[in-house]
Amino acid sequence: MPIFRTTRIIESQIEEFLDAINEGALVFRDAVASYLEGRDEDFSAKLAIVEDLETRADRLSRDVEASLYSQSLIPEHRGDVLALLEHSDDIIDRAKTCLQRFDVERPRIPAVWHDAYRRLAETVFRCVEAVIMAARRFFRDPAAASDFLYQVHHYEGEADQLGLDLRRGIFADPGLDLAQRQHLRYFAEGIDRVADMAEGVADRLAIYSIKRRM
Amino acid sequence: MGPELLFFLSSGLFLGWSLGANDAANLFGTAVGSRMVRFRTAAVVCSLGVILGAVVGGAGAAHTLGRLGAVNTLPGAFTVALAAALATLAMTRCGLPISTSQAIVGAIIGWNIYAGMVTGSRALSQIVASWVVCPLLAGAAAVGLYLLLRAGLRRSRIHLLRQDALLRAGLLLVGAFGAYSLGANNIANVMGVFLPDNPFRDVTVLGVTLSAAQLLFLLGGLAIAAGIMTYSDRVIRTVGDRLLQLSPEAALVVVLAQSLVLYVFASEGLEAWLAARGLPTFPLVPVSSSQAVVGAIIGLGLMRGGRGIRLRPLGGIGLGWVATPLAAGIIAFFLLFFVDNVFDQRVARSSLFRFDAEVLAEADRAGIAGETLSSWQGREGKNAMRLQQALERDAGLTRAEAQRLLELAEVVPVHIDLDRAGLHLDEEWLGPDAMRALHALAGRRFEHRWQLHEALAKASPLWRERQDTPLNRGWNRDVRDKLAFIERVFLAGSGP
Repeated sequence: MPIFRTTRIIESQIEEFLDAINEGALVFRDAVASYLEGRDEDFSAKLAIVEDLETRADRLSRDVEASLYSQSLIPEHRGDVLALLEHSDDIIDRAKTCLQRFDVERPRIPAVWHDAYRRLAETVFRCVEAVIMAARRFFRDPAAASDFLYQVHHYEGEADQLGLDLRRGIFADPGLDLAQRQHLRYFAEGIDRVADMAEGVADRLAIYSIKRRM
Repeated sequence: MGPELLFFLSSGLFLGWSLGANDAANLFGTAVGSRMVRFRTAAVVCSLGVILGAVVGGAGAAHTLGRLGAVNTLPGAFTVALAAALATLAMTRCGLPISTSQAIVGAIIGWNIYAGMVTGSRALSQIVASWVVCPLLAGAAAVGLYLLLRAGLRRSRIHLLRQDALLRAGLLLVGAFGAYSLGANNIANVMGVFLPDNPFRDVTVLGVTLSAAQLLFLLGGLAIAAGIMTYSDRVIRTVGDRLLQLSPEAALVVVLAQSLVLYVFASEGLEAWLAARGLPTFPLVPVSSSQAVVGAIIGLGLMRGGRGIRLRPLGGIGLGWVATPLAAGIIAFFLLFFVDNVFDQRVARSSLFRFDAEVLAEADRAGIAGETLSSWQGREGKNAMRLQQALERDAGLTRAEAQRLLELAEVVPVHIDLDRAGLHLDEEWLGPDAMRALHALAGRRFEHRWQLHEALAKASPLWRERQDTPLNRGWNRDVRDKLAFIERVFLAGSGP
């Protein structure tokens, strides 16, 4: 039946979209590590990958939206699914913007803070990974989505704490002038904001899951 | 088929059209309303299902209407169907959900009163009981099915989109099943009153034989399909959220529950299957799809704690259930008066009831023994209702006894003239043994229906009704059909 063929195509598009977001977060983490280690070529290559993934996620999101509307699919949950895709797309968009700022502004980060930045990027990646897992569960088993939503909130809280500690440390560092302190704070906030975006998606997912279970 | 006949059938076709326009909404209203199924797809599937159901499974429920009262002239049948259609239209205009079944039952009772005929109390009580049982059964079925579906969906962990596709396919399949059940169950409402004056003959096309009744039902099915195609669009879009906002899952369950209920009240096959296993059977009566839908939706609403059920339309529906048969009966009565006296059309063939010695002896054998029944010997009368009242009042009979005695006393002159009837006898349907029994009665005349039945039953066990058990119901229905056919073919003083 044509309806099942269309459904299979959209299902795989959604899966591909979620893969792109997840992979984007992973490459984002590695790109921050490359920058900190001064491997410029590697950083540029990873930035290009994130840009490419962001473009692909945009295209997939638009295709899914067009298919859902033109085929009048999932009328009850169409709005929720499209909002989920749109806000998930914001995560990779934010990650790309953050890396582009690294590329343009080239902040000088003292080696003493490298580990803190690395740990922040790692926690942000874990947070995005958990929200993508929750999104996948939302489509098949909405009750199980909440298990991953707890993880999202946990990692987001941890990212907030790491970001706060990092900013506190930077401003307490006597070796840095005010301009540099502000510049480094700006990048700590930029990385942390990716986790905030993931938490926003998790909050929506919690409501959508309840709606699906009713 | 002459133009006069077509004109008389037109009211039945009009009733069919209005049934299609309204009842299709019960099947696909929620699916189309929630944009799960396109209107055109729904209309095509629904039309095909209705036609198939009418032709293949239409016989079951038609018998019960026949027992309620046999409208015995074409102008009478025309008027009864027209009254039902007008009542249906009036109720729809008032915004009340209609029930074609109730309208036609009300109109037949109107005819019975006008023609002085007795309303079959057993058939009437069966039909009225089904109006209560049908929504209750649909509600219970909907709750059970919904819980099952929800548990199944949760356990299966199917992707939301796959679930959506399955629900769409399910809505179409169940809608088709519902349309089949609607055709099988409700065709009796549309064409049942024309059965005694069926203008068609059996035809064989490409090796498939369609009986006269099936051809009549096919015509009715086409009228219902026309109603679906031309007018149900508007109604379909308003059904669904009238009582309760429904999700696609709930919509599927409502249609499935409704289809199941319509099916159990229409299927001769299911009745035989249940009876063979010693299980209780359902009476085969035309029930209302609107009532089934309302019952199913209310059932789901109550399962959710009763919140969200809109009480105002519910009151309207309750009012409609009382008003529809009443309005149809009153309209039928006045229309019959009008057609009878203004257009000078014979709306009822009056029966003669003669209480001769043989009838009273047979009544005695049947255990009907009134106080002063012997004084009735030699009496005649034409108004069955007045006679029934008199038998109850003067002879102290119960209503059932009086009705049975009237059945015995009805004069149905039959002359077994095989030369005259030869061409019209469906020997294949009757079977060689039954035909042999009929030949044994050649040349004999019978005054009363029971005398013919008795003579045939003596000649062959194939003409004998069996004890009234669920298992024997199919057999008895078949025997009654054949007896009615023989009566029509050999009726003295009229052509076959």
